[in-house]
Amino acid sequence: MEFTITNKAKTLTVALMGAGLLFTVIGVIMGMNDHHFATRLLANGLINSFFFFAIGLGALFFLALAYATETGWYASVKRIIEAVAGFLPYGIGLMMITLLTITFMDGAHIYSWMDPAATDPSSHHYDAIIDGKSAYLNKTFFWIRTVVYMAVYFIFWRGFRMRSLEEDRIGGTDLHFKNYKKGATFLVFFAVFSSTSSWDWLMSIDVHWFSTLFGWYTFSGMWVSAMVVMVMTTLYLKKLGYLPKVNDSHIHDLGKWTFAISFLWSYLWFSQFMLIWYSNIGEEVAYYVMRIENFKFLYFFMFLINFAFPMLILMSRDAKRNAGILTFVGVVILIGHWLDVYIMISAGSMGAGAKLGLLEVGMALLVAGFFIRMVLTNLTKAPLTPVNHPFLDESVHHEI
Amino acid sequence: MADKVIYAMYDDDDVLKDGAKKLVSKGVKISEVFSPFPIHGIDPIIGIKNTRLGIMAFIYGLTGLTLATIGMRYFMVVDWPMNIGGKPNFTYLQNILAFIPITFEFTVLCAAHGMAITYLLRNKTLPGMPAQNPDPRTTDDKFVMEIRLSENSKYSTEELEAMLKETGMIELDQKEIK
Repeated sequence: MEFTITNKAKTLTVALMGAGLLFTVIGVIMGMNDHHFATRLLANGLINSFFFFAIGLGALFFLALAYATETGWYASVKRIIEAVAGFLPYGIGLMMITLLTITFMDGAHIYSWMDPAATDPSSHHYDAIIDGKSAYLNKTFFWIRTVVYMAVYFIFWRGFRMRSLEEDRIGGTDLHFKNYKKGATFLVFFAVFSSTSSWDWLMSIDVHWFSTLFGWYTFSGMWVSAMVVMVMTTLYLKKLGYLPKVNDSHIHDLGKWTFAISFLWSYLWFSQFMLIWYSNIGEEVAYYVMRIENFKFLYFFMFLINFAFPMLILMSRDAKRNAGILTFVGVVILIGHWLDVYIMISAGSMGAGAKLGLLEVGMALLVAGFFIRMVLTNLTKAPLTPVNHPFLDESVHHEI
Repeated sequence: MADKVIYAMYDDDDVLKDGAKKLVSKGVKISEVFSPFPIHGIDPIIGIKNTRLGIMAFIYGLTGLTLATIGMRYFMVVDWPMNIGGKPNFTYLQNILAFIPITFEFTVLCAAHGMAITYLLRNKTLPGMPAQNPDPRTTDDKFVMEIRLSENSKYSTEELEAMLKETGMIELDQKEIK
């Protein structure tokens, strides 16, 4: 069945973008005289482009995972995963614009290692630690890596989408086995890139600090955000009367994933926190000291809603089958993970001067409106049920 | 009370499922199905209630969490305050982070063992217990449906057998039980 965007959804997304734009403009006018303004604006750009780019990437990862493991149940919600992953090209665009602007401004106090003075021994801004890392953290190599990540993500996304639409036309199992191979190949790339890209884009903001768990922590955050977006999109389409083949068991499974990945994220967050707290080494604890000093409430509140909310509310079987509860938890943890990214980026770049005002909220709303509109547009471009998917029959009879 | 039980054997789980649907629609009560693996979707057809094992898992987990907290507070804070890695344990709350991994592990341990033991007890399948299934072939590749006469008083044995024969079963057996 073909999906068409309702007029209500059109108005709402435009209203969201309009309100976001309005808040952003007011925020810009209010904050313009602050001399940290450029950093604040670009940090916000990075927060929102990364957060929504990561949702698309999380969905692409989930799609590749389903292909590589030859999953059956997901076939009837596959188009939703694809629609969310379909934000990837736009997300890549947003990331590129933000990263390019930051690079041209020599890091704009976000990536302090981009500042030439940091690696110049004659300058009084010389930083021996940054200089020691400059073989990896320099503009040229950073951009080579960034372009490689983006190109690989985009090529795989395009391939999956093309084969998916082709499968609708010709069917058969050849495409399925090709997807199986490509899915596994993507996972190999993603295993490395998800870690290294999070070091490049996020961890290098706190340039003196490093953690080997950071990549996994970022990755689990993007996965759970992608998961709740997929759950909410499915519930929205069900509510409109689409997706007759998606039953309670599919919703239950998506809910289980949300529950499980929330745990994965909490587990990794806690592991990183506990290990650093226990060893209590000055260079390592600096990261948390700064966050707890400047964002004490937000930081622990964010952990609490991302951990306790899904744990306590989604634990029972009935809750995972209840659209209202799932949507509520989904919205809450989506905000929670946005806050996680917000603190990750603005604590390192703005420190004590970080604000959570109209500009921050406005830009988030603006990109969120754009994101929702693009996901809905992607849904209209293909039939909501992949007609020739080899596991469609299994998926239709899915029962747990 | 003496009762008569009819066992109908199938060699395909889908045939059994369709047969069960037909029988239930005629008002036959199927008391049990034996199979070598879980047949998805059979529970609602023959009217088995959802398992309450999950609720027990939660209670066992909570027990583990409480025991671990009480135990560690006693060992590490009350009885003999220990100073590990320059972090003296004056209060439990102060060092709660150090206790979380053990609390987590013990919660999982109690929940998993409690669930496994409850499951075995409830199904009467603890090691060494006599087998419950009517035919050893149900642990290999056959499926058996059990119908009790006492629960289907509106049908006679002959009527039930006739209905079963229409569902594609391969073998029929009867047993008197006390």
